[in-house]
Amino acid sequence: MRPYTPKDNVQKKSYYTDRYWVAPQVAKFDVSTDEVFAADLKVIKGKFKVLDAYIQVEQMVVYIRPEDNFGVLKLMRDSLEYTQLSEMSAIDWLADKGQFEIFYQLLSMNKRKRIRIKCFIEENQAIESVEKIFRSADWAEREMYDMFGVKVNNHPFMKRILMPYDWEGYPLRKTYPMQGDEFASWYEVDKIFGKEARDVIGPEIRDAAAVDRYDTKRFARLGHEVAYGEDISEGEPDTVQTYQEEGGVFLVGKLTKEESVVITDRDR
Amino acid sequence: MAQHQVNYTQNGGLPVALTSIDKLVNWGRSNSLWALTYGLACCGIEMMASGASRYDFDRFGTIFRASPRQADIMIVAGTLTKKHAEFIRRLYDQMTEPKWVISMGSCANTGGMFNTYATVQGVDRIVPVDIYLPGCAPRPETLQYAVMMLQKKIRAEKADKSQKPKRLM
Repeated sequence: MRPYTPKDNVQKKSYYTDRYWVAPQVAKFDVSTDEVFAADLKVIKGKFKVLDAYIQVEQMVVYIRPEDNFGVLKLMRDSLEYTQLSEMSAIDWLADKGQFEIFYQLLSMNKRKRIRIKCFIEENQAIESVEKIFRSADWAEREMYDMFGVKVNNHPFMKRILMPYDWEGYPLRKTYPMQGDEFASWYEVDKIFGKEARDVIGPEIRDAAAVDRYDTKRFARLGHEVAYGEDISEGEPDTVQTYQEEGGVFLVGKLTKEESVVITDRDR
Repeated sequence: MAQHQVNYTQNGGLPVALTSIDKLVNWGRSNSLWALTYGLACCGIEMMASGASRYDFDRFGTIFRASPRQADIMIVAGTLTKKHAEFIRRLYDQMTEPKWVISMGSCANTGGMFNTYATVQGVDRIVPVDIYLPGCAPRPETLQYAVMMLQKKIRAEKADKSQKPKRLM
């Protein structure tokens, strides 16, 4: 198993770089190439400030200011027929620019078009809930809070959805270790038995292939069997392997290790 | 009137079988292992298959119960998340003595492929385990073998109350 190395600054410093590798970029097109999107963008621009807009993979991406998210989504639903919020969450760009990117993926069944509304917020900045406009944002916003720690204002039930309520840390942040931090590794022991049980139960064994040669409680060596829990740090006796019953087998001679001959000369 | 013939010359001439209390009690215990329904993931599907007609757990006396009060054995079948850990411990505590635990599958044994922050790395951190059953997921035959091994283990135990209840700590 690969050892765990902290990847706190994984976005700043890539641990593997190929000199000739060029990051693939999905082509961006101007909004004016699609008349439906161009008309939609014109309506949005009439009421709100649009920071950036382009078409990517036949979907329009619109960057807005974070304080406008409720107004823009209400406009999208009521005036522009984008009646479904199919997905929303956050993207962790904290190491890169100290910000979260929030995206709302909208679908219009009448126009047969998809639009992605995006905005950037600071790490401890809260964002307005859109649950009053799209009911599907209820659990999505809770998951965003659970996984990234992005707080949502005016949400009806702002609690964690996947992790336990008393969990500490936000697991989908890039800085969160894959195998859990100190709190996560002792969570179940602390909760069930209390902190004093940590010494008895011991830390998690993350390497499933680990074999301790001197651990006679969990492992046994063939040919060197000893009693359960015996201390073998000073060495252990050999236990002779016999492959036949004590009395021998009818018509077959009893074979012992002492009588056997190991042939070293292969040309004999 | 009984149609079959009773042969009083067998068994030393007496219609009596002699045994010890330990053997009699353990015979009863090992042949009526009521299991707590505890399917947590894909191993639970194999456990269901073991209980269904093709593999037929009923012939071992293993009947799945939905209540810990009526169960003797907990078959932890699947991935145990840290969120769920306190509930498995609570259900284990609610089971009446004597009780046994089979840890079924890689995830329950060691956390398996889920080497992540949210998975308990082996249910033996939470409850004392009697049989570790490897496999991902184990076939129903394997689970049957594990239950038969557990029956063997139970028959070797003392039946009286002086045996200490298993404790993790």
